[in-house]
Amino acid sequence: MKYIVAVIQPTRLEAVKEALSQIESFRLTVTDVEGIGRQKGHTEVYRGHEYKINFISKVKLEIAVDDKFVEPVVDAIASAARTGKEGQIGDGKIFILPLEDAMRIRTRERGAEAL
Amino acid sequence: MIKKAFVAMVIGFVLATVMHSLGQSAAPAPATADSVKAAIVAAPAAAPAPAPAPAASLNSGDTAWMIVATALVMLMTLPGLALFYGGIAKRKDTLNVIAMSFVTFAIVSVLWVVYGYSLAFGTDVHGVIGNVQKFMMNGIKVDTLSSYQNTIPELIFVVFQLTFAAITVALASGAYIERMKFSAWILFSVLWMTLVYCPVAHWVWGNGFLAKLGALDFAGGTVVHINAGIAALIGALVMGKRRETSLIPNNLVATVTGAGLLWFGWFGFNAGSALTASGLACAAFINTNTATAVAALSWMFTEWFFNKKPTVLGLASGAVAGLVAITPAAGFVNVGGAIIIGVIVGFVCYLMVAFVKAKLGYDDTLDAFGIHGIGGIIGALLTGFLADPAINAAGKGLFYGNPAQVKIQLIAIGTTVGYDAVVTFIIFMVIKAVIGLRVSPDEELVGMDRSAHGERALGY
Repeated sequence: MKYIVAVIQPTRLEAVKEALSQIESFRLTVTDVEGIGRQKGHTEVYRGHEYKINFISKVKLEIAVDDKFVEPVVDAIASAARTGKEGQIGDGKIFILPLEDAMRIRTRERGAEAL
Repeated sequence: MIKKAFVAMVIGFVLATVMHSLGQSAAPAPATADSVKAAIVAAPAAAPAPAPAPAASLNSGDTAWMIVATALVMLMTLPGLALFYGGIAKRKDTLNVIAMSFVTFAIVSVLWVVYGYSLAFGTDVHGVIGNVQKFMMNGIKVDTLSSYQNTIPELIFVVFQLTFAAITVALASGAYIERMKFSAWILFSVLWMTLVYCPVAHWVWGNGFLAKLGALDFAGGTVVHINAGIAALIGALVMGKRRETSLIPNNLVATVTGAGLLWFGWFGFNAGSALTASGLACAAFINTNTATAVAALSWMFTEWFFNKKPTVLGLASGAVAGLVAITPAAGFVNVGGAIIIGVIVGFVCYLMVAFVKAKLGYDDTLDAFGIHGIGGIIGALLTGFLADPAINAAGKGLFYGNPAQVKIQLIAIGTTVGYDAVVTFIIFMVIKAVIGLRVSPDEELVGMDRSAHGERALGY
């Protein structure tokens, strides 16, 4: 089992969700996050004073999958999360973590059964 | 250095104008005194004050309108101003900012009925202050009519004026947020309402010396906005900057909601200042809406020009600047005058908060001086130019053949600025000595919501 964490551009969330459902992956946790990366920040102006906003809004996806789904899921996210043809700095990253165990609270099923 | 020089400049300016105005008031022009007095309390233009009037009787239309108008003005402080300010503050300070408006409304509500009303609107003592006869509403019966408008009960006049006193004090908080001790703010509310608001309200509206001089202030350009704005500036200078001087709003939806409630409540503030359900109230109403709309657009286009984008905070700020500037003029100018006021105030206030504040370096956090102080001065001054006797016979400006009015307006502005600056400075020094002004650096950085109140605006 793997735990897939992806940080993507908020504008690509719908496309990624769509791509995941195409491969029949319907389980997904989504969080609004802010962070600093290679993509530079932007400026905002309030009452004529300019502020550099370093923290940029992103969306974080978390998906727990059985090993055989890792590649299709990662591929679906990577394809759908790109902006433009070539992709751009700021499109985000995908992290793949080993997942030791899982439990479905309702039934107490363990491991891959619980996913 | 700049700070000290600026304080010295303000105080110098102030003392000069006070002395000048006292010299003026020693020899008032007797011919205009009575008609002007009527204007000061914003009585309907048609009512010449001293004539042997028919026996006064309550007018239910006037009374009904004043009850509603009073409730509308209450809405301006809570939640109007509280949300407008609270949304611009940092997320960790937003509740404290709201609490400042809230606690002030409560404090002034009590003090006003105990003694504030009597000092501001009681029988005049040497043109300077009201006497103590009406402490605790003493002598005001259920059927007593107001001596300022004898078709409405005095009790509703008391509460109407209470809501003005409360928002004036609360407005100043905008310059002090994110660093002032809550206890210091409470003490400020008590002292400032007593020592600054009550006397100035008396001078302009309570038959005091500025009223006798003929100053025009329909709904509070000097008494409310210049007064609050100068207190904001002095307090900000004395307290110094916040440790984190950014101004990145935490919730602009709240700010716009607050601005909308201010605009809505302001109809009670300005049209209610006619003290009658009359054509004059309607003139004040249409002027209020016109100037506010124009100022919102004026600020928006100015900002669009300088910063490439029209911000929502800019629209809301421009609207508030327009409301401020039309306040003294609402019952004196025609719609053309309201448009001129709106254009000028939207433009000038933007320049004040965007450029002048940055140059001078004081931390008037939410621009209480930049918008209320400057907007109030613009409105009070332009009233002296634009007052149209066809709207209100009690006010005749320079453009209608009365250049003396501009000078009178300048005296009223100068006197208010001067007195307010000196007394506010003294009040801050007293608070500093007694309980201190600022929270500790840790308390400031962790945020006032947690350090002062042990709460947060949004939980799970």
